Amino acid sequence: MRSFAPILGYARTFLMVALVVTVAACARTPGGAEGDATPGSQQEFLVTVGDRVFFETDSSVLTSVAQATLEKQAAWLKRYSQYSVFIEGHADERGTREYNIALGARRAAAVINFLVSKGVSANRLSSKSFGKERPVAICNDISCWSQNRRAVTVLN
Amino acid sequence: MIIMPTRRAVLKTALAGLAGMAMNSSALAQLQIVVSGAEFTPLPIAVPDFASSDPTFGREVADIVRANLRRSGLFSPLDVNSMPAGVGNAGTTPDFAVWQATNVDALIMGQVERGANIQSSVRVWDVRAGSQIIGQSYATDAQSWRRIAHIVSDAAYSALTGESGYFDTRVVYVAESGPKANRVKRLAVIDQDGANLQYLTSGRSLALTPRYSSNQNMLAYMNYDDGQPQVYLLDMSSGRQQRIGNFGQMTFSPRFSPDGKQIAFSVESGGTTNLYLLELGRRRPVQLTNSAAIDTAPSFSPDGSKITFESDRGGAQQIYVMGAGGGGAQRISYGEGSYSTPVWSPKGDLIAFTRTQGGQFHIGTMKPDGSGERILASSFHAEGPTWAPNGRVIMYFSDPGGNDGPRLYSVDVWGRNQQQIATETFASDPTWSPLLG
Repeated sequence: MRSFAPILGYARTFLMVALVVTVAACARTPGGAEGDATPGSQQEFLVTVGDRVFFETDSSVLTSVAQATLEKQAAWLKRYSQYSVFIEGHADERGTREYNIALGARRAAAVINFLVSKGVSANRLSSKSFGKERPVAICNDISCWSQNRRAVTVLN
Repeated sequence: MIIMPTRRAVLKTALAGLAGMAMNSSALAQLQIVVSGAEFTPLPIAVPDFASSDPTFGREVADIVRANLRRSGLFSPLDVNSMPAGVGNAGTTPDFAVWQATNVDALIMGQVERGANIQSSVRVWDVRAGSQIIGQSYATDAQSWRRIAHIVSDAAYSALTGESGYFDTRVVYVAESGPKANRVKRLAVIDQDGANLQYLTSGRSLALTPRYSSNQNMLAYMNYDDGQPQVYLLDMSSGRQQRIGNFGQMTFSPRFSPDGKQIAFSVESGGTTNLYLLELGRRRPVQLTNSAAIDTAPSFSPDGSKITFESDRGGAQQIYVMGAGGGGAQRISYGEGSYSTPVWSPKGDLIAFTRTQGGQFHIGTMKPDGSGERILASSFHAEGPTWAPNGRVIMYFSDPGGNDGPRLYSVDVWGRNQQQIATETFASDPTWSPLLG
């Protein structure tokens, strides 16, 4: 845990949130992957900040959980300005193909607008919609569809 | 003079319009042929093997004709073993008394020879009237021998129904393979009966929403190659392709105008999706819609004067119709659930769509004013209708979900005769060619 302290120490509440996330991440990462999460690394972004937000059915409105994740993303991205940021917009498979391509774009745009509003420079941000073509969870119920309605922040 | 055989007349009447489904005609009741909903008796016909110096070839050609006509759902070809003569003769008048005993209404006799070209003659006989309906000769090049069978099938279909056929056509679709989370999606083309598969794109990039031009060699589709996804034009005869331009952040869902000279498509910018129209060869598209919503899936009326499309400008996805120059969009779908992917019939009388309602997906049609909605097929997931060139059959895709994948199906405009189209891989997003002619 100590290795994260210098990064997060400047904001007490943020630190508490981050510790909870980190503990959870450590618990499910075999072989002490904590050491891989070098400050400012993509691994650290994944485990301490979270690379994705989820949406309600046929919605691009950012939920309070999504906003909290994006707040953290914005803070992290402002600290590590060497990364350009690519937002993938995705839809679940319970819609038609053309509409879902547009819906994924709308979700990616919502994320970009939020990050910009929190001070991330717009010229670091780009996006692409994958519609429903790239699901991560495969099944025929809402447990999978809810994971597929997502926007993923990819660092380059 | 003998009057046209009644069962065939009924078939024509039934096909002549959707009024055929209403079935209030006393003539139909008297003939005991009912065309209402799922009830319909296909016309009994006989297609003996075609006469040929190569009898195997003559049988292969007749097999394709029989399969086409059977698959249409309108005809019931007699088993070859039950025929008084297993091989036809296009050169002489058949013995009608013998054929009348088999209870068929029409007899298709052909001959075919394979040389530098394929030559075929065919006669369609009215068995009850004892008269010829058509007699035609055709030729194709030797490589595309299956086409001669499709052309003959179209001639027979047309002679017996009064409608143009749809067998000498091809279907382009998205061939899907590999694990669902990372599926390869590339364009493939088949004959309408599933034969002659060819892949058109490599699979290196996602290829989606293919659409045929009235110029049968040209396709438009969405390609994820090279940065932002954009609409590409693909010339199938040369394999050459190019993007139509870089408009907005992303372009997708293309559709050619009926004359093939313009292309309507969606342009996404900052999360908003509007419709644009580009004259091929020009650089600048014209903006057709200007909403803060998602406007997509444009499709022209066959006279080119109107465009139907889907929009969620009112909340859920609904179908709208506007002038082809944009503006004045009128909503036409009002049922429960959402409506999407409207596609105007080549005959102009109907718009096919996907409807989502009650956790199911439905393929249906409505008149261009939104009235007369009819659901043709329903499943866990079905979408993407495309019309046969005669406006009497619809192809779409259906997906059972999970780790399984989509397959192509066809259904006729009466909601009958649902059939799977055999494809090598999972298949989605079909687009039906015009008659190759």
